[in-house]
Amino acid sequence: MKSRTLEIWVGLFVAAGIGAVFMLAMKVSNLSSLNTGDGYLLKASFENIGGLKVRSPITASGVRVGQVAGISYNSDTYQAEVTLRISPEFDRFPSDSSASIFTAGLLGEQYIGLEPGAEEEYLQNGDTITLTESAVVLERLIGQFLYSKAAGE
Amino acid sequence: MRISNLINVITGLGRFGLGFLQRLGRSVLFLLRTLAACSVLFARPGLIVRQLYAVGVLTVLIIVVAGLFVGMVLGLQGYNILVRFNSEASLGVMVGLSLVRELGPVVTALLFAGRAGSALTAEIGLMKATEQLSGMEMMAVDPYKRVLAPRLIAGFISMPILAAMFSCVGVLGGYFVGVGLLGVDAGAYWSQMQNSVDLWDDVLNGMIKSIVFGFIATWIAVFEGYDSVPTSEGVSMATTRSVVSASLVVLAANFLLTALMLGEE
Repeated sequence: MKSRTLEIWVGLFVAAGIGAVFMLAMKVSNLSSLNTGDGYLLKASFENIGGLKVRSPITASGVRVGQVAGISYNSDTYQAEVTLRISPEFDRFPSDSSASIFTAGLLGEQYIGLEPGAEEEYLQNGDTITLTESAVVLERLIGQFLYSKAAGE
Repeated sequence: MRISNLINVITGLGRFGLGFLQRLGRSVLFLLRTLAACSVLFARPGLIVRQLYAVGVLTVLIIVVAGLFVGMVLGLQGYNILVRFNSEASLGVMVGLSLVRELGPVVTALLFAGRAGSALTAEIGLMKATEQLSGMEMMAVDPYKRVLAPRLIAGFISMPILAAMFSCVGVLGGYFVGVGLLGVDAGAYWSQMQNSVDLWDDVLNGMIKSIVFGFIATWIAVFEGYDSVPTSEGVSMATTRSVVSASLVVLAANFLLTALMLGEE
């Protein structure tokens, strides 16, 4: 085969490889969605975060507005402290907004749902969301159900 | 009589073990010598192009077809399992993660060892059997530089590219079956995949794996060819050994790498 055709084929091959890596990065992985660098940070304390993880999604009305940036345990308040990173374009959450931990589907991953409040002031970088609702722990729910059942009889 | 049998068995074991160690040592020395000869490729990059064509371009077809079918099977199988839990929207996650992290690099490496590795071994073995390599040495052409180094480097370069193609085509195959035939929501397929597949943790680790596997498969293929007994039977044995040991080493290395990569999180 002529050296020119050979080189064209190899060039095509390498170009296709770069295209494949590009597609893996943009289409398959999370590069194109929210990148972790920008956005402002909020804090929220929860009694129980259930299966929430770093990079779990944060939604408002079901639309993704950010992701969990960090989770730590505060041994003074005995509560989990979650850092939320909200995309800069969603900068108008009233300061009395509430955060709840929900589960997507029966076995799905857990996410934080933001419920806007009615205050005139908006949450700024570093603010804390005071109204929080913990994750529903299935075992506790079943326990409560059995307990009330036994008490009722 | 029985004791002498026993001694024979022990002698055989010892010979096998020593032979294995000797081959291992020879292969490492071979690798070092070939890598040292690679500097010639900066002066003559044209040598690689021909090998990239033989090793990479000619392997694309089998990789793409295999990737498509593996992705389609993953889509079909994953859908049937996930639909029992009412979470068929996670199909994209399953297809994407299993392809990018495991199946892409491993299956590509196995196919690569079968398609390109066997060809490399047979070609080099035949060159040795027909004394082309000694002929080159006679003409003061270093076969390490002229024959072995370009093939080794072409293998190193081709394998990650092929693995990336495999994963891409597999994801598309899963899409065709999952979204096209079984009715999974297209948006859910892509968005859940993008939410769960991490560029650094998953895609990059998959790339690292494919680079390591390419290194292993090509090294074994080139070494087996160069180390073959210079007869037609020897070449055929070397080709078989090349494919078998490359596949086994790739699978074992995959376990090690997966354990390392999952452990560091």
